[in-house]
Amino acid sequence: MADFDIPELKEYPIIPHIQPGVMAHSKPFVAKPEFQEPLGYPGELVDNWQEKAIEKLGELKGKYRSLQVFLDACVKCGACTDKCHYYLGTADPKNMPVARQDLLRKVYRRYYTFAGKYFPKLVGAVDLTREVLDDWYAYYHQCSQCRRCSVYCPYGIDTAEISMAAREIMDSIGLGQKYCNEIIGKVFKIGNNLGLPEPALADTLEGLEEEVYEDTGVKVRYPLDEEGAEILLVTPSADFFAEPHVDGLIGYGKVFHEAGVSWTLSSYASEAANFGMFIGSYENMRRVALRIREAAIKLGVKRIVFGECGHAWRVAYSFLNTLAGPFDFLDPNYPVPQHICEFTYDLIKQGRLKFDKSENDHMVLTFHDSCNVARASRMGDFPGGQFVIPREIIKATCNHFYDMDDWGIKEATFCCGGGGGLLTDDLMEVRIKGALPRMEALKDVVENYGVTHMAAICAICKSQFTKVLPYYGFTMDQIVSVHQLVSNAIILTRGTEEPGGEAETADAA
Amino acid sequence: MTFLTVVYALLFYVATGVLLFGLGYKIRQYWKTPQPLKIPTTPAPVTRSGVVIRMLKEVTVFASLFKGNKWTWLFGWTFHAALLLVLLRHLRYFQEPVWGWVRFIQPFGKYAAFAMLAGLAGLWARRFLVDRVRYISAPSDHLMLALLLGIGISGASMTFVAHADIVSLKAFFLGLIRFDWQPIPSDPLLLIHLLLVATLMIVFPYSKLLHAPGVFFSPTRNQVDNPREQRHVAPWAEELERKERRQAAAG
Repeated sequence: MADFDIPELKEYPIIPHIQPGVMAHSKPFVAKPEFQEPLGYPGELVDNWQEKAIEKLGELKGKYRSLQVFLDACVKCGACTDKCHYYLGTADPKNMPVARQDLLRKVYRRYYTFAGKYFPKLVGAVDLTREVLDDWYAYYHQCSQCRRCSVYCPYGIDTAEISMAAREIMDSIGLGQKYCNEIIGKVFKIGNNLGLPEPALADTLEGLEEEVYEDTGVKVRYPLDEEGAEILLVTPSADFFAEPHVDGLIGYGKVFHEAGVSWTLSSYASEAANFGMFIGSYENMRRVALRIREAAIKLGVKRIVFGECGHAWRVAYSFLNTLAGPFDFLDPNYPVPQHICEFTYDLIKQGRLKFDKSENDHMVLTFHDSCNVARASRMGDFPGGQFVIPREIIKATCNHFYDMDDWGIKEATFCCGGGGGLLTDDLMEVRIKGALPRMEALKDVVENYGVTHMAAICAICKSQFTKVLPYYGFTMDQIVSVHQLVSNAIILTRGTEEPGGEAETADAA
Repeated sequence: MTFLTVVYALLFYVATGVLLFGLGYKIRQYWKTPQPLKIPTTPAPVTRSGVVIRMLKEVTVFASLFKGNKWTWLFGWTFHAALLLVLLRHLRYFQEPVWGWVRFIQPFGKYAAFAMLAGLAGLWARRFLVDRVRYISAPSDHLMLALLLGIGISGASMTFVAHADIVSLKAFFLGLIRFDWQPIPSDPLLLIHLLLVATLMIVFPYSKLLHAPGVFFSPTRNQVDNPREQRHVAPWAEELERKERRQAAAG
C-alpha cells in the first residue's frame, strides 16, 4: 500500500528517540508559474532569491509582532519537543516545533541580530544557503499549523506563525507549493477550492433536494444565489459532494428548514476554506475573504453562517471581521459570523428541534476536536464553548457518546495529520505518520467503549481520515459529520403535508 | 583610586547602559510592531482583566510550561523563583538605609541560592540527558547556564564559605550610584562574581534572555478573545484598504 512503514499503534503516544533526517525527502510538488502568478508571486525561483528572502523576512517581522517576538523569545527549554504529531509519528527532530522554528530563527539570527552577525557558531546562526532553503521547503510543509505546541510553550510561541511566515517568504521568491496555490487560484477564478462552477453547484443542490425528499417526504430546500434570503451559508466546497461531508450539508439544510429561516448558498462565495491562511499571505487571505462580504451584500442577507470546517472557522471567527469587516450591514443581534453548530445548538436549547436519537443507535460516537476550532477560535459566548457545543449537539442526537482520553481532546487535541495545506497526495507519508497519535487515541476508545464512529466538524479532517483510517486497520466510513448525526436524528415537523410524503421514514443513509 | 576600581566602575556603568538601552530598544521594537491578526491560543479570556490573570499565571507559576513538561517546569520555576529572592536580597547593597522587607527576606534569599543552583543544574542536565533537548541546544544555550551557575556558585561561596568585605562593596556601589567612586574590595571571588554579573547584563538584550520582556508581548497570550465583537486592524492593513479604495475610486 505504501513504500514506507505504517507506524504501529500503541496504547498512547510514545515519545520516540530522534532520527535526524528521516523526513528530509518529504516535499510537496512545487507550484508552476501558472499557479504562482495569479497570487502575485514570481513564477519560479528568482535569481537573487537569497537577498529577497532575507529582505522579506525583515519586512514580515516588522509587520507581525508575533514573528518578531517569537523569533527572539525561545529559550530552547524543550517543552514543545514532544507535542507535535509529526514528530511523534516520524521521529525526525526537525519536526519538533522548536527545531522547525529554528530553521527560520537561525537565519534571522545571522542577518538580524548582533550575536548572529558576529558570533554565528556560538548561537547557531547560519547563512541562507540552498540547503537551508530545501530544509524550509521540506519541513515547513510538514507543519499543519495546528498550534498544539503553542499551548505548552511558556511564551506562547506558535510554530504556525513561523511556518506561515516561512511559506510567505518562499512564495515571494518563487518557491510556492502547488497544492495550496493552485487551489487559491481556483477560488479567485471560480469561487471555490474544487473549481465547481455555478451550474454544477445548482445541479448538485437540486439533487440533494430530491434525495432528501425521497428519504423524508419533506421538501427541504438547498437554495443557491437567492437574493433576499436571511442567511448566507458559507461552507467548504467538499460539502457539495464528498462523503461524509455532504451528509453534513444535508443536515444544515434540515436545521434551517426546521428553524423556518430562509437561507442561501452563494456561487460566488462557494467556499468557506481560505488557503490564504496556510501560505501566510494576508493579501491573498483577504482577497478570498472579501468574496464573502461581496456575496453577502449582493444577496442582501442579514446573517452569515459557516458550515463545518476547521481552518475556515478560524479565518471566519478570528479574522473575517479584520479582513473583510466591518459587517455593520448585517443584523446586529447575531454574531458575525456564526458557526452552524452555534446555530443548531441555540435551537436545541430553545427546544425548537426534535430528535429521534435511536436513528443513530447503530453508531457509538466519539468526537475529534479539530485543531483550528479548538485552539484558534471559539463558539458561543464563553471560553471553551468550542468544546462544549459540538459535544452537546452529538449528545442531543445520539445515545452513545464517549470522549477520547484527555491527552488528545479539547485544547490538547491532536491534528488529523492533513491540516495546514498538507492534504495532498504528494505528502501522503507525512499525513499517514502524522495521524498516529489520533489513531492511538481512537483505538483506545474503540477497544474500551466499542466506539464505531468518530465525528468531526472539519472538511480537511474528514477527507484526511477517510484516506488514512484504512492504513491503521479502521474503515474509511468510520468518520462522520456532526450535522450528519443531526440529519439522521432530526424529526422534520414542518412541510410534512406535502403531497406524496412518507413522513418520518428517514433512514440512516 | 586603584586601577581595579576604575575598571569595575566603568564596567558597571557600561553594563547598566547596555542593559537599559538594549532592553529599551527591544521593548520599543515589540511595542511598535503591530499584530495584524487576532491569534490568542484558545480557550482564551474574553475580557482584558481575564488576560491580566492569564498573563499573571504565566509569569508567576509558568502555567503553560506546567502543562508542557513537569521536569522542566520544576527546574525552571525553582530557578526563577529562587533568582527573584536572591535578587531582592541583593537590594541591600544598593540602598541605605535598607528597607524592612529587604531585611526580612535576607535569610530566605541566602538559602534560595541553593535552590537556584539546583534548578540550573537540573536544566543543564536535561540538555545532556534528553536527546531531543540535546539536539536543539546551541553552544550559547550551554554557556548561558554556565554563566548563571558561575554567578550562583561564586555568590553562594561568599555567603557560605569565604566572606567578602561586603561593607566596602556596598560603599563601592553606593559610590557608583552617587557618582562618588569608592575603592572596590579586591577579593577574587567577589571580582569573579561581579565580572560574570556584568557579562550577564551586557548579554541580556542580545540573547534569549529576551524571553523576559517577550512573554508580555506574546500575542497568543496577551490578546483578548473578542474578534467578532471588536474589529482589529493593523495600521499597515488600514493603509492597504485605503489604497484599494483609492484605486477603486480612480478606476
